[in-house]
Amino acid sequence: MKKRFMKNRRLFIGAVITGIMVLLAVAGVFFTPYDPNAMDTSAKLAGISLKHLMGCDNFGRDILSRILSGLGTTMLVALGTVFIGVFFGTIIGAFTGYYGGIPDEVLMRFNDAVLAFPSLLLALVFISVMGAGKLNVTIALGILFIPSYARIMRGEFLRCKNLDYVRSARLMGASDIRIMFVHILPNTVQVMLSTIAIGFNNAVLAEAGMSYLGIGVQPPDSSLGRMLSEAQSYLFIRPGYAVCTGTAIVLLILGFAMLSEGLEKNA
Amino acid sequence: MLDVIDLNIEFHDHLTPETVVYDFDLHLDEGEIVGIVGESGSGKSMSALAIAGLLSRKHMKKRGQILFDGVDLLTCSRNVLRKYQGNDICMVFQEPMTSLNPVKRIGWQVGESLRIHTSLSEEQIKEKVLKILKDVELDDPEGVYDKYPHELSGGMRQRVMIAAALVCDPKILIADEPTTALDVTVQAQIIRLLKRINKKTGTAILFISHDLSVVRKLCGRVLVMYQGRIVESGDVNEVFDSPKEDYTKRLISAIPKMEKLKYEQ
Repeated sequence: MKKRFMKNRRLFIGAVITGIMVLLAVAGVFFTPYDPNAMDTSAKLAGISLKHLMGCDNFGRDILSRILSGLGTTMLVALGTVFIGVFFGTIIGAFTGYYGGIPDEVLMRFNDAVLAFPSLLLALVFISVMGAGKLNVTIALGILFIPSYARIMRGEFLRCKNLDYVRSARLMGASDIRIMFVHILPNTVQVMLSTIAIGFNNAVLAEAGMSYLGIGVQPPDSSLGRMLSEAQSYLFIRPGYAVCTGTAIVLLILGFAMLSEGLEKNA
Repeated sequence: MLDVIDLNIEFHDHLTPETVVYDFDLHLDEGEIVGIVGESGSGKSMSALAIAGLLSRKHMKKRGQILFDGVDLLTCSRNVLRKYQGNDICMVFQEPMTSLNPVKRIGWQVGESLRIHTSLSEEQIKEKVLKILKDVELDDPEGVYDKYPHELSGGMRQRVMIAAALVCDPKILIADEPTTALDVTVQAQIIRLLKRINKKTGTAILFISHDLSVVRKLCGRVLVMYQGRIVESGDVNEVFDSPKEDYTKRLISAIPKMEKLKYEQ
């Protein structure tokens, strides 16, 4: 088991990067070099120095501190999004895939309709109705993610429901709910894990995109997307700002992407 | 105990309905071993699946009656049917490689029927599972209990399947070609095991096979099926020694025999 894990280089590197990012995010909750929102007018757009390892932004806030706390926000939003998507997607996918028939057709066509919309546009609609903010962004993105998970899980349940061991579970007198969630669900974990990893990436990007547009996480909360959009104006004066923030996003996504690919390969 | 009367099975998932079993009749008493033989596609597995209640109610039309202790399994509600499944009627499939859930431990899977049908505590279930694993003559019940299906050989898995089927002391065990996927020595062991279980617990066995010699060794009565109909039935020795129907004669003459070859030379 351990050997196999080390051998699968993608999985290994992905796990290491993700582990470091998660650690940094957790550390950012308890400790940052400076208060992420404290402004120091004398250090406006300060360059990289020992005092400010990644420099300061246009308000004189320490970028490293803001990245550390922003990482937490971004991850929290992404995790919440994935959780909502997977939870409801699995339930919908389980019932439609297992029972099939007309409800399946209706729900899946509705799914197709939702998928056909550009997701950012739909998120914009949600936000303009519910108002901006961390929680609303999470809910909006989570709802948007439900259809794609539902479709993947539906496929898995469809595949599993005619297998012999499901048939023998039915023969033991197990109820449909028990068959779905006790017998079939554990068999979908592999697919579920890699879609979760991909979904996490999409959620990070979507959150960054929405914050970039100014409808995501609201100031003074820091988030990676928000910081990137702020860094844009100073791209030529202080390129370090954009590079550091961008690198954080890239690493976060790279870690999860490699993790998901590694998981798929391990199958 | 089990009476199947005039069972007809029709497929309705295509444009034209197709009948695969005609006027199937069967009577099974407690402790009896009845064999069903016939070539592939003769409807023997279909009849068995119908008795086990595994055929879709939507896509397959069934006429006739399957009476188990007086209750018609074809028309009773799903909940009533579920009460019998696993508790009174059990089935062992042909393919031991795919019949076990790959992500669950053996002990859990064997105990599943108990968990569904009884209110025993986890310790009591474990005790019973270990006992039944021992009864099906697995060498190391405690070791097998914590293993996953991929760690077992085909013969061991088939034993586990039989254990899972028998854990609730069912009245009927339907064995759908349980030995086809196994090699000959393991086949013989499984047959002996079935016979012993039948004697010990009085579980009636409906044994489906196209291996005539196995049927002759194991069963008391036999039904011969051909193209969805029962063409001949009766005592196993009578049917095999003096077959009346043309199809049965041809089926029996298809068994390769050493003596016959020598005789011809």
